[in-house]
Amino acid sequence: MTREVVAKASEVAPGTSKVVTVKGREIGLFNLDGDYFALANRCPHAGGPLCQGRIVALVQSDEPGHYRLARPGEFLRCPWHGWEFDIRTGQSWCDPNSTRARAFKVSVEPGATLVKGPYVAETFAVSVEEDYLVIELAG
Amino acid sequence: MNVPLRQASPALGLTIVDCDIHPAYRSPKDLHPFLPARWREHMAMFGEHLRQGLSGQLAWPRMMASGMRLDAFPNEGPPGSDLALMRRQHLDANGVECGMLMQLSKGGMEERNLDFAAALSRAVNDWQVEAWVKPEPRLRAGIVVPQEDADFAVEEIERRAGDPAFVQILISPRSSDPLGHRRYWPIYEAAQRCRRPIALHVQGFSGGHASTGSGWPTYYLQEHYATTTGMQTTVMNLVFEGVFERFPGLNVVLIEGGFTWAPALGWRMDKHWRRMRAEVPHLKRPPSEYLREHCWFTTQPIEEPDDPKHLAEVIEWIGWDRVMFSTDYPHWDFDHPQQAFKFPLTEEQKRKVFRDNAKALYGLP
Repeated sequence: MTREVVAKASEVAPGTSKVVTVKGREIGLFNLDGDYFALANRCPHAGGPLCQGRIVALVQSDEPGHYRLARPGEFLRCPWHGWEFDIRTGQSWCDPNSTRARAFKVSVEPGATLVKGPYVAETFAVSVEEDYLVIELAG
Repeated sequence: MNVPLRQASPALGLTIVDCDIHPAYRSPKDLHPFLPARWREHMAMFGEHLRQGLSGQLAWPRMMASGMRLDAFPNEGPPGSDLALMRRQHLDANGVECGMLMQLSKGGMEERNLDFAAALSRAVNDWQVEAWVKPEPRLRAGIVVPQEDADFAVEEIERRAGDPAFVQILISPRSSDPLGHRRYWPIYEAAQRCRRPIALHVQGFSGGHASTGSGWPTYYLQEHYATTTGMQTTVMNLVFEGVFERFPGLNVVLIEGGFTWAPALGWRMDKHWRRMRAEVPHLKRPPSEYLREHCWFTTQPIEEPDDPKHLAEVIEWIGWDRVMFSTDYPHWDFDHPQQAFKFPLTEEQKRKVFRDNAKALYGLP
């Protein structure tokens, strides 16, 4: 397990996302009202660049003619075939049991902690005044 | 001069032929250099006249961004209009050795004014060569002709037949009459004579017909399915009208209309033919034999059965030499060459589906 500093927290505003490259892997960072999540930028259905998709709500219906929008801003729709994934878990909505986008654990760390180590930002200098997003990578 | 890349798609280990790529105009003005002034003015003043209401508009709202991959928009112009992006994102990235252009709009297939249709057909064919095949020799054009004007269509086919840039003939499967009708036979005769397959790509424009046999459905999801039933009725019609009996050298490519229905259609046609053969005595063999002999199927959008191996059984029936890989780039339902098949193909099957079947059919080097 390695931990990587990947972005300033302020770079990913609520409701937005940012794709970063970490050790050759593209990973999308998401901010849901202050909670941060990270998904691999690769759709488990057919390999599309998942994190370039639109952030959407889940349209639900109990019967024909009635619908509602649930969990606005919490789903990601693949830019190729439109499969919907739960940003919080990477779980596919239409095939929840066997299709899941790779999710990474994200934490927010103050720069003051990070400059002491042991974590090293790959591509930028860490400053003590900022908060940073740190993700955990297996291996 | 760009040197064609011959780099294999990494996971497949071979270069591929993509049988369905959609080029687009940066703007309708791209056609102007190829249209006589008379028709440029007509286009500006009257526009086109499609055989449906909602002229200039598709009958259903499209999935995603106007039916396009969200990541396929160039800085300027619509997806499919930027050759550099197409190269980077698709031709180079996926090891495409040859790509078949499917130019479906503004080629006159839907135009009711047949003189304008002829001008559009000629312009679109010139445009394919100048804007695409010359700058990118990996691409191949299709001779787009208005099927409702068979005389002109034959003239245009013969005009292009000596040009290796054109490998097939595009007409609409949503024609005024079902395509087996004899009014279209001169086109098939020309196709046979020029040794070019007829390419039938599912059409977003309705041809004036409801998209299903039971009328106009509500959702794009339904229309998307209806393309497969429409393709079946087209095949059924070509078979029973005797087109393949009359033109034994004619080959038909069915593009984007699915293929898993082929066995069921074959079984059903054969069963009823045994009972009602006397109605169509011009058929000398069970109908499914014409289907299997004369029809080629492109894969996208590939079906995704619960058990992926069911797809292999279907292809077994159709024949591994009749199925050709396609992506539909840059449309939203693009199939990726490394992801489309969810079961392992043998090396031979891979070579056939991803490359060799298309090379054999189109006579590619």
